[in-house]
Amino acid sequence: MKIPYNEELRPDTGLYNAKLGIWLFLASEVMLFGGLFSAYIMLRLSDPNWANYGQSALNVPLATLNTVVLITSSVTMVMSWVALKLNDIKKYSMYMGLTLLCSFGFLVIKYIEYSSKFEHGLYPSTNNFLAVYFTITGLHGLHIVGGILVNGYFFGPGKKMWDTEPERFTNRIEIAGLYWHFVDLVWIFLFPALYLL
Amino acid sequence: MTDIHHEESFLRKYIFSIDHKVIGIQYGIMSLLFLLLGFGLMMVMRWQLAYPDQPLPLLGWRLSPDMYNSFGAMHGTIMIFLGVVPVITGAFGNYLVPLQVGACDMAFPKLNMASFWCYFVGGIVMLSGFLLPGGAANSGWTSYPPLSVVATTGQTVWLIGMVFLITSSLLGSSNIIVTIVQLRAPGLTWMKLPFFIWAQLVTSFLLLLAFPPLEAAAIFQLMDRLAMTSFFMPSGLIVGGAATDYAGGGSPLLWQHLFWFLAHPEVYVLILPAFGVVSEIIANNSRKPLWGYKPLVYSVIFLGFMSFIVWAHHMFLTGMGQTMSKFFAITTMIISVPSVVILSCLLISLWGGSIRFNTPMLFALSFLPMFGMGGVTGLPLGLPLSDIHLHDTYYVISHFHYVVAPGTIFAIFAGIYFWFPKVTGKKLNEVLGKIHFIFSLIFMNGIFFPMLIQGLAGVSRRLADGGQSYAHAQNVIHYNEFMSMSAWLLGLAQLPFIFNIIMTLFKKKDKVADPNPWNATTLEWACPSPPIAHGNFEKEPVVYRGPYEYSVPGHKKDFSPQSEKLGEK
Repeated sequence: MKIPYNEELRPDTGLYNAKLGIWLFLASEVMLFGGLFSAYIMLRLSDPNWANYGQSALNVPLATLNTVVLITSSVTMVMSWVALKLNDIKKYSMYMGLTLLCSFGFLVIKYIEYSSKFEHGLYPSTNNFLAVYFTITGLHGLHIVGGILVNGYFFGPGKKMWDTEPERFTNRIEIAGLYWHFVDLVWIFLFPALYLL
Repeated sequence: MTDIHHEESFLRKYIFSIDHKVIGIQYGIMSLLFLLLGFGLMMVMRWQLAYPDQPLPLLGWRLSPDMYNSFGAMHGTIMIFLGVVPVITGAFGNYLVPLQVGACDMAFPKLNMASFWCYFVGGIVMLSGFLLPGGAANSGWTSYPPLSVVATTGQTVWLIGMVFLITSSLLGSSNIIVTIVQLRAPGLTWMKLPFFIWAQLVTSFLLLLAFPPLEAAAIFQLMDRLAMTSFFMPSGLIVGGAATDYAGGGSPLLWQHLFWFLAHPEVYVLILPAFGVVSEIIANNSRKPLWGYKPLVYSVIFLGFMSFIVWAHHMFLTGMGQTMSKFFAITTMIISVPSVVILSCLLISLWGGSIRFNTPMLFALSFLPMFGMGGVTGLPLGLPLSDIHLHDTYYVISHFHYVVAPGTIFAIFAGIYFWFPKVTGKKLNEVLGKIHFIFSLIFMNGIFFPMLIQGLAGVSRRLADGGQSYAHAQNVIHYNEFMSMSAWLLGLAQLPFIFNIIMTLFKKKDKVADPNPWNATTLEWACPSPPIAHGNFEKEPVVYRGPYEYSVPGHKKDFSPQSEKLGEK
């Protein structure tokens, strides 16, 4: 038994199965972060003490650096997919490696940010701004970890598939890339919403 | 398609199977057991309501008010998240969607397996709450904070279980959507899809998009409980006479918004697939095409959209303001229109048909007035003014149980009797089926109708003594005993059903089971009964006709299967 349209496009929808699957998954992710963001808005608007919650204590330069790191990783992610399309598995490995490097870099910077907050006695329980900050960036961080696991698999053991089913492997990288861009995009919203506004 | 038949190990075949049919059956067995368990909890609670503070017969212990709360919360949770939804989407959806669209399996078989096992783990985690000190979650199935945040550990387990269930439904629903969009057989265009498939499609979108905000809310509540954040904790909260350690500034209303943003679409998750099941059975047994196929399809899509903007009609009494109340009252009135369209279409479909009154049809027919009851009693709750009186009374309980119990659960029974021959190759016994039907119908109403009367008198839900200590309840309190009797008799009425299934399973099989015992038209009846493991169809089906070509004038037989070439009569 072989499930149709696993690799090839279905003529009337123009999609292969996993492509539709990932877009549906991302739609549900939009609703997840939509829920988190709307909670943030509602809490902030209904709390008269919000101004005293020390939002300015967040480290904007570090977060800016992190934004750059993450956008770079998105670019290298696309490049790794393009390399596969151009049949160049060596270049693929290089770009995928860079993507992973950037993702770890992001987590390290995040770790520095978190620990300096803890050093100053700022915890999620301190006030609701910090609660929102830690919860949403924490969940975003978990998404980064998920991306690292997936990309790490395709960088390492998953690469075998290139020898047997190159078409399908390229599709997998495209799917992983769509997810990675989404995680990147969430940060693009988080950065101004938490650090700047 | 079917030539690759290698031997599979026992584990792969029956436990960690990736065949949609096995997974569907796994879902079916698990969720029916959960339904029985949820009902069992309620039968114990009904003893407490009928005879407050008297020890239970046989068991000998008293149901304390705390235990009563715990049983109530778990009854709701189990029935909705572990019972009805998994039967109607997990079991029926998994088993029938690939068959009805003519596919060899779901689009992502391994995700399908993961979906079932997430559900399994979620269910076990939920149940493990009963073993904790302080018992399982006891803040109602809605888990309103601040009560739920300061509640016993059972609530933490409830939230973790919920995260597993949300993951399961995310995997399952995206799988169903991709299967419907991508794996339709050649010739099966959108407007040739059986209505059941449309209902499953819309339901899957609701699950996909409505559950994540609850996941967000569950994470916030977990943070409140474990990391002492104050998302849902207002300033100056006093618990048990002492100020809490929470920083405050949070909003309990926020939880209600996030919760009902899921839980209202969830109502349509419960009812839309039931519409689908009932319409298949009605078309088949009235030997007529469904009346108004297109209005049905457009109504179900419109219902899906609207269900996302009615949630705050559960919150009229929270003081969220008139503008909000007005908006949600209007959308609630609008959403009743497509429901009425669907019900009317199904009713008119019966007109002039030569109806076969077999067990599935009886359940499907009784679904119409029972769901009608549920719908009509809902209208006063959708208007803020009348809701002030009825909110949180037994009237509400009666309303949504009429929708879900004699509504959706009757549709589930109808579906089980209807598709059992496809799953096993054997028909269930009709006499036992009819006994099951008639007594279930009587006792369902015996439970839920008096609740309307109690609710109108103002008796609150969630009272462990059934209202004994309230003066205004005294005139209607005698109904409690009657309702409890009905509940226990309803339990007895399920015995013929259970016996029927066991008896039929052990019955000797015909050599070759009739693939189409009901003379139906849709694709699932074109493959053998039971369908071939991994592949379903003997050869890939091609679709030439609409889903309900019954009694077409000029044809020799009164049904023309979708896979039958045009011109053949």
